[in-house]
Amino acid sequence: MPKPKITEALDRLSSKTSIKNTIYMLSIIIFFALILLPPILGIIIKWGSIQDVFNQPELLSAALNAVAASFAVAFFVSSIDVVAGVPTAWMITRGKSKWLNVLDTLSDIPFIVPTATLGYSLLLFWSEPQGLSSLFGVSFISPGWLLVVLLHFTFSFPVVVRTMVGALLDYKLEYEQAARTLGAAPLTADRTVTFPILKHSLIASFTLAFARSLSETGATMIVAGAFVHGPIFIKNHIGESGALVFVSSILIVLSSLIFVTIKLLGSRLKMPVRKVWPVTERKLSSSIIASSRNGITLLIFFIIVLIPSLFVALPAFEAVFTGVLPKALGGLGVWADYWQSITLSYSVGIVATLINIVVGLPMAIIIARRKVGKGPSTLLDTLVNIPIIVPSVALGASLAIFWKENFSFIPEIWLLIFAHLSITYPYFVRAMSAAIERISIELEEAARTLGARPLGVFRTIIFPLTKYSMLSGAIMVFTRSVSETGATLVVSNLKTAPVLLARYWVIPYMENPNTAPVTRAEIGLGCGFLILLSFITLLVLRLVTRGKEGY
Amino acid sequence: MPDVRLVNVKKRYGKIIAVDGISLHIYDKEYFSLLGPSGCGKTTLLRLIAGLTQPDEGEIYIGDKLVNDVPPEDRDIGFVFQTFALFPHMNTWDNVIYGPRVKGFNMEKADTIGHEVLEMVRLHERLDAFPNELSGGMMQRVAVARALAAEAKILLLDEPLGQLDAKVRNELRYEIRRMVRDLDLTAIHVTHDQSEAMAISDRIAVIKKGKVLQVGTPEELYMNPKSIFVAHFIGESNFLEGYVSSISSKGAIIELRGGIKVQTVNKAAKKGERIVLAVRPETFVVKKGTKKDKSTILGTIEKVTFEGTNMRYEIRLENQGLIVIVRPSMIGEWFDIGEKVTLKFLPEKAHVFVYPEAGLREEIVVE
Repeated sequence: MPKPKITEALDRLSSKTSIKNTIYMLSIIIFFALILLPPILGIIIKWGSIQDVFNQPELLSAALNAVAASFAVAFFVSSIDVVAGVPTAWMITRGKSKWLNVLDTLSDIPFIVPTATLGYSLLLFWSEPQGLSSLFGVSFISPGWLLVVLLHFTFSFPVVVRTMVGALLDYKLEYEQAARTLGAAPLTADRTVTFPILKHSLIASFTLAFARSLSETGATMIVAGAFVHGPIFIKNHIGESGALVFVSSILIVLSSLIFVTIKLLGSRLKMPVRKVWPVTERKLSSSIIASSRNGITLLIFFIIVLIPSLFVALPAFEAVFTGVLPKALGGLGVWADYWQSITLSYSVGIVATLINIVVGLPMAIIIARRKVGKGPSTLLDTLVNIPIIVPSVALGASLAIFWKENFSFIPEIWLLIFAHLSITYPYFVRAMSAAIERISIELEEAARTLGARPLGVFRTIIFPLTKYSMLSGAIMVFTRSVSETGATLVVSNLKTAPVLLARYWVIPYMENPNTAPVTRAEIGLGCGFLILLSFITLLVLRLVTRGKEGY
Repeated sequence: MPDVRLVNVKKRYGKIIAVDGISLHIYDKEYFSLLGPSGCGKTTLLRLIAGLTQPDEGEIYIGDKLVNDVPPEDRDIGFVFQTFALFPHMNTWDNVIYGPRVKGFNMEKADTIGHEVLEMVRLHERLDAFPNELSGGMMQRVAVARALAAEAKILLLDEPLGQLDAKVRNELRYEIRRMVRDLDLTAIHVTHDQSEAMAISDRIAVIKKGKVLQVGTPEELYMNPKSIFVAHFIGESNFLEGYVSSISSKGAIIELRGGIKVQTVNKAAKKGERIVLAVRPETFVVKKGTKKDKSTILGTIEKVTFEGTNMRYEIRLENQGLIVIVRPSMIGEWFDIGEKVTLKFLPEKAHVFVYPEAGLREEIVVE
């Protein structure tokens, strides 16, 4: 079939170095102008107000304590995430049961539950009378640091599982088999061969979980009680730019330092592979121990991750029998607002995803193929991560300062889209650059020598080979955008679904169930719809991708 | 030192039967090759012996012990992978003494073994090199050294030379053979390269579609193939089609297409049966000219290839297909393209097979 004229014209244009360079330059400019600099400039604009914090010793010490608490929680949570997430990923990739596919999908649930809702769900499960406490008669775990740790574990767990599942699927099993044929017990083979080879993925999963924990706001504020960490401190002092600037900049600088250190030291980190305890490790490799490990892994997953995440939706069943469901589906009363907020959330999600694809794709190519030289490309690779580590509430607040004070004519909806773009951009670029890196450059060169122009190479080689990664990156962006709460709350007054649920339904209900505009059943149903819609999106993706990349 | 026995071993992957009821006995200290085309099940068979894959049916014995449920680490085997599978995070030395280490040998013993095997593969000077700093041949030698250092009694080699260039491959195959002999090991070597299998094996099992077609020494397989596939796969054969015109006291008389009659020593053939005659290229006697008697075949040279040691001619036969003959390049006369020749072959060196039901082409296809 001959190429359409427009395709041919575009292909020909793509051969021009000036056009290619313009596209790359534009994507870099957009990254700096729209994604990276606004939140940082928002902080810099108000840099002077940092003095306010230094002038109030009590505020200063509270801020420092909050920052310390943030790092302590993030470090602790990401450590146990790796300990619990790796066995889960192992089960998913190495197990033979068909049910493991279900486990694979279920492990993403905390990722798709809107963060504020997730917080409320955990609160109900662990602390409120209708949850576990009903078994014990007293609040099982009161709001506070322990519940924050549980919450952060819950939502960062999928990050580790997802990263490690990918790494284990890419891992060449022959290394492990070689170790076994040389006499190593399974545990010895894993410890001395598999994990050292997967070291970079282990570090990456730790880092991502760490960043996710460090920046989360929406859910934490619901379960924190009297506990204060960095993002909550910012939220508590939302009108005081000094607190925002002080805490945000410490979080950004310290976490950047930590990430750079991890990156630099990670490759030099040696795992202890020389010392072997053949007898003990053989005993620990027994099938009874392996089954017990799988049992504990499943137990942790269901009791600490899955059930608490979905607990909020339980009253939805009550709603089915009490006439709430028809009211909800008919959009009556509070439900008119609800469906509007869903529409808004999905619209913002779709726009953010589309912009991500357009501006993120050239950036992914720049990083993967080092289009602007080795040094600058590596620098961009590092900078792209920064929006992940900025606390979402701080990001929202500094974006609001930057845009509203300098470009007040920009409609709020665009501020919201910019905020979501900043938060989700790293996910898309990361997924795509990794996918492009996996494609041998020789394939591209072969296509070029056969007469394909740069755009043609992308259309016929890169795209078909990365379309599933692109789809999965896009879904990650979309679900993250739809569930985002912290930044959305401060950047605008628009009611997205998570904001409506958190600010207008859950928080008033928590304060006083009698004066709240909604009942428990309605909250359950509202959360249930949102989870269900996201779950269907995710399931469709899985079905689409499974055909090609199934395991 | 143990032998390896397989009794009616089966392995399926979904609908595909990778190993279809194979029984084999590999003797102690034997160098045994599993030879067959890609996808024939030979690697699966090796992995079953190693315990890296579990059989659906059948029994596998190492020595007298049934090992079906014994994990790989307890089978006392060394496995050399096609991709070498050298641990990328360990240097040559750590790779080599991995086996002694995980088996709990004392360090003094591990050291001694490490140095011995590295001496054997002549890689002492690259102790500190990581796999990505070694050439293909060196990686292969480290992989063999690593398998030997684990003091395995059985060495399993899965296409160990497949990734190397021809020159290195030729050198290393004899080197491996020598080490196996020096250490009195039993070796099972998987390959699709018949010349490699012929050069180093005591015995070879030819495998096709999950079944063993024939087991024998290289000479037996070459001189006395039991099937068209083996005649085709081991060495080179020309296939001439015909039928049994009569049976004499010496054997069957075959009439080939074109009316040429050939006396064979085969006594099992039945009169009227459609047959295929397999004739090795070197058993043809070729002369210039068109002088014909009842046992000669006329042909025309279609293609000439100078291969160094040999001249290779493709000859179009009268009423027959194309055949290949090979003649030493330094002895005798050369033929030119288009030249008419007469051919004869020694009937006792030809092998008679019943024409396969599925057709000749289908029978000899290797992919």
